Amino acid sequence: MSTPPGSVGVVTPQLLRFDSPLQLSSGAAIGGYSLMFETYGELNASRSNAVLICHALNASHHVAGVYIDDESSLGWWDNMVGPGKPVDTNRFFVVGVNNLGSCFGSTGPMSIDPASGKPYGASFPVVTVEDWVNAQARLADVLAIERWVAVMGGSLGAMQALSWTIQYPERITHCVAIASAPKLSAQNIAFNEVARTAIRSDPDFHGGDYYAHSTVPKRGLRVARMIGHITYLSGEDMAEKFGRAMREADYQFHYEIEFEVERYLRYQGDKFTEYFDANTYLLITRALDYFDPAKATNGDLVAALAPARAKFLLAAFTTDWRFPPERSREIVEALIDNGRDVAYAEVDAPHGHDAFLLDDFRYHRVVRAYFDNIAQAL
Amino acid sequence: MTARPLRVDLQQIADWVRPESRVLDLGCGDGALLAHLREHKRCRGYGVEISDDQVAECVRSGINVIQANLDAGLRMFADAMFDTVVLSQTLQAMHNAEGILREMARVARQGVVSFPNFGHWKHVVSLLAGRMPVTRHIPYQWYDTPNIHLCTLKDFEMLAAKLGLNITGRAVFANGSGVTMLPALRAALAVYRFETR
Repeated sequence: MSTPPGSVGVVTPQLLRFDSPLQLSSGAAIGGYSLMFETYGELNASRSNAVLICHALNASHHVAGVYIDDESSLGWWDNMVGPGKPVDTNRFFVVGVNNLGSCFGSTGPMSIDPASGKPYGASFPVVTVEDWVNAQARLADVLAIERWVAVMGGSLGAMQALSWTIQYPERITHCVAIASAPKLSAQNIAFNEVARTAIRSDPDFHGGDYYAHSTVPKRGLRVARMIGHITYLSGEDMAEKFGRAMREADYQFHYEIEFEVERYLRYQGDKFTEYFDANTYLLITRALDYFDPAKATNGDLVAALAPARAKFLLAAFTTDWRFPPERSREIVEALIDNGRDVAYAEVDAPHGHDAFLLDDFRYHRVVRAYFDNIAQAL
Repeated sequence: MTARPLRVDLQQIADWVRPESRVLDLGCGDGALLAHLREHKRCRGYGVEISDDQVAECVRSGINVIQANLDAGLRMFADAMFDTVVLSQTLQAMHNAEGILREMARVARQGVVSFPNFGHWKHVVSLLAGRMPVTRHIPYQWYDTPNIHLCTLKDFEMLAAKLGLNITGRAVFANGSGVTMLPALRAALAVYRFETR
């Protein structure tokens, strides 16, 4: 089987069972749970080269490589992680983990609740970024990784990386936060709420217990994804990709697909409903809404980041209107106020928020440079 | 790590920075000065740089570089946060040269500025011959130069006085070595140190 050049090749996910309950931010606890994860590269003898990659809304533990039975299953950050890639698996031991509440094998709303013998559905507890980080720390314990040389993520993944520096300052040397924000804006929350309303008002939602009805709130999830997708792209990028290009030569005076952008959004929406769980969408967008490390310090981000001891790389994209550069600069400013080591790159890439997943040369060069510098100190 | 010798004005600047102090380098390029200060004087600090290429170089060297346009100001930095703030060979390219000097005075007790001396005799000769000067320190044609605020030593000293900046040191160079006689005409490059009054 062929893999793209520079890919880690065929990978195998692992499932790890945790039997002791995890205390959650909400006050609830989750009894036993499992986490799916993958690893790439070799852990060195001093166990000092481990990098944790945190995923955003719709991704998973499958960061790089392909599965043996599915050539199309390329990891979501394969352009970033692999041999000779910016996060070079010849030098680093890289771990990808699927977060609690997600729908790619880790315990989530689709899983069977041992208490009832039925899927959790609506009863799955609301979890936060902090809860995820606690769960990731337990995974690190099992892997005998006392300290990550770097925790890295984009978007919601970056929030987890940031939270690591606050929750476990002694267990993270470098934090790499791409296209990040210290908390969501009202506009960000508003988009999430529209997406959730689309899902929750789908007649097939059944209050979140749709598994019992053998249905899926596909229509709502599809709309949620369409809305989300618009916020991931820049207006410039959409204009470039689609403009007002049409399917037919002229208007057909109906409500089916007229414009290419409609076709694209419908396609993205449909594809999403094939693999993503609606309850997970609710849960993860809520975790985004709730993320606000400065909430505990009366809105003072400088104070919130005071416990951090890591060194930081932040990068933001000029055309990202979901988490624009100003949001990353808020974090940078608070880190400078704390006297922390921080580098900040503002990449003039045209692809909006999605740029963090793409391989813009300037973006990848600065991440590579950062990891080269980390590798020198290993 | 950086075995390369520092540019002459950067060496002068480095000599004026106290060991173990906090430094902000505006227009820090590839981070050579900050790397030098980190290694030889155990200084800590940040650089600000706009160029993608230079930012990547800084990151590779482990320099705390912030990619930003200096004309947008130094909002990220709090008052009196640094011991020394450096602006090397950048003042002449600033849209708001006066504004950046005010900001420098805000964020640090001591400022150091280097710039090409427009009053250098070669420039004067060129102007007398009817042409805008093109030299090693100002190597651009008039129509493509980033240097929009060129000044002479005296011009800078007058602006410093107007802004209440107390000049505490001056070093002038030509062809990589110090100039003592007739600096106003013979200096190709000037380095000033000032304190906020």
